[in-house]
Amino acid sequence: MKIQLDEIQKRLIEEIADLHEVPEGAYNFRANGQLAGRNTTANIDIISKEDGSGIDIRIKPGTKNESVHIPVVLSASGLKEVVYNDFYIGEDSDVVIVAGCGIDNCGNQDAEHDGVHRFFVGKNAKAKYVEKHYGSGDGAGKRILNPVTEVYMEEGSSMEMEMVQIKGVDSTERITKAELKKDARLVVRERLMTHGSQNALSVYKVELNGEGSTADVVSRSVARDTSHQKFDACVIGNAPCSGHTECDSIIMDQGRILAVPSLEANNVDAMLVHEAAIGKIAGEQIIKLMTLGLTEQEAEEQIINGFLK
Amino acid sequence: MLELRNVSFEVNESNRNIDIIHDLSLTVDNRKFVVITGPNGGGKSTLARLIAGIEKPTGGQVLLDGVDITDKSITERAKMGIGYAFQQPVRFKGLQVLDLLRIAAGKRISVSEACNYLSEVGLCARDYIKREVNASLSGGELKRIEIATVLARGTKLSLFDEPEAGIDLWSFQNLIRIFEKMREDIQDSSIIIISHQERILNIADEIVVLANGKIEKQGSRDEIYPTLIGTDSAVDACQKLL
Repeated sequence: MKIQLDEIQKRLIEEIADLHEVPEGAYNFRANGQLAGRNTTANIDIISKEDGSGIDIRIKPGTKNESVHIPVVLSASGLKEVVYNDFYIGEDSDVVIVAGCGIDNCGNQDAEHDGVHRFFVGKNAKAKYVEKHYGSGDGAGKRILNPVTEVYMEEGSSMEMEMVQIKGVDSTERITKAELKKDARLVVRERLMTHGSQNALSVYKVELNGEGSTADVVSRSVARDTSHQKFDACVIGNAPCSGHTECDSIIMDQGRILAVPSLEANNVDAMLVHEAAIGKIAGEQIIKLMTLGLTEQEAEEQIINGFLK
Repeated sequence: MLELRNVSFEVNESNRNIDIIHDLSLTVDNRKFVVITGPNGGGKSTLARLIAGIEKPTGGQVLLDGVDITDKSITERAKMGIGYAFQQPVRFKGLQVLDLLRIAAGKRISVSEACNYLSEVGLCARDYIKREVNASLSGGELKRIEIATVLARGTKLSLFDEPEAGIDLWSFQNLIRIFEKMREDIQDSSIIIISHQERILNIADEIVVLANGKIEKQGSRDEIYPTLIGTDSAVDACQKLL
């Protein structure tokens, strides 16, 4: 199927997936609630759900070094959609999955995309998941993204998740749940920046159910202007396991941040650690960069860019 | 050339004015390696901050190559050619050593150029270039990276505030070598180091002794150095570090 995207949609795709052209490998492009293009490979199949509510992505066992792109773009005001995507990642496979949603809202009605992603990570499979969210457009209508991510990890599997939301999303409620079996390993890196009067909620619930399972959930965020963020990460140890969660935030202007890291140990050999820090940019950091020739504003930008990198 | 004319710096504490720097005049010519020493609390670091523009004098003038920079900002002074290595280097989460060197150089220098600066300060470039400038680096490593940023700037006037502070003896020996090399390579620039270390004092062209916000002594190394031996202003590495 040939992909047909207008200029706004192409720009959104570039922002969320760093794609300038059609990617190699499997992909599924969704634009304004419609399928805009799909490609499957010998090892990766993409099937629309019968009720039309989303897609199933099936990755055959043993698939190595392949990627799946499933970007979504919304450029029409007033569109609200909920999509269910299920990923079945076969045993012993090693794949990269790139998802992302870009909304351009120039109109006065809210545009909303709520994606529910479920990952079933097979035994000893390895997956890297990259998700970027981006909003643009100067209409009064809000750009709303509420992703729900569920990860079910079999024995010895490993998953690395990189979730980035840097610009333009007015309201977001991100809910991520994970359940890990024996020797499964989960790494989450979240980068979040809110500005204007945006509101962001990010909730994690990670259950370490199998012996030797590990989770490392790290969020770095910046709240500018009058925006508000809440980070709520809970790691539950139900077996001999190790878990770490960290929330590190920079607060600016009249931004507000609430960090609620929590741990629950239900096994004497569960080793769980949480860290949380919120603070403004240290004056010394700005001064140092000014002595290297940057203006105060440039120094601030460099510090934030580095922090969210 | 740097010139301080009758510079004063007062702070107000509990409704009382305290003189940190008092009517101080000093000229540092090009191609000169000047070490400022003196007892703790004598105003040395404040003087460095006044030169870099971090503090503004309450009286007097600061001139660089004849231009009055008293009212210039930190950024403007940096662009005019003043480099400043902090006594306590600042840590940055996320910023890599390469980023910092690129900011310092003011352009997107290549990785190999950046590596040259690190090699000059005795760091194995390959191990450090992608490291974050954060708490995972030791005091000695941070100090050397701090010095590398000043080297990368290629400044007319380089200021180093107690480069020996907070580092171990082993790193200190290497640090001395860096300054000895800087002393040899000095071109149309000048270097000011604040230090108590006799080995640094020993490579100075001029020594300035600052106490109670005033210059107590000033002159060539041969003149001043013998008068400092055995005082707090000139200690050997072990004594200071122990």
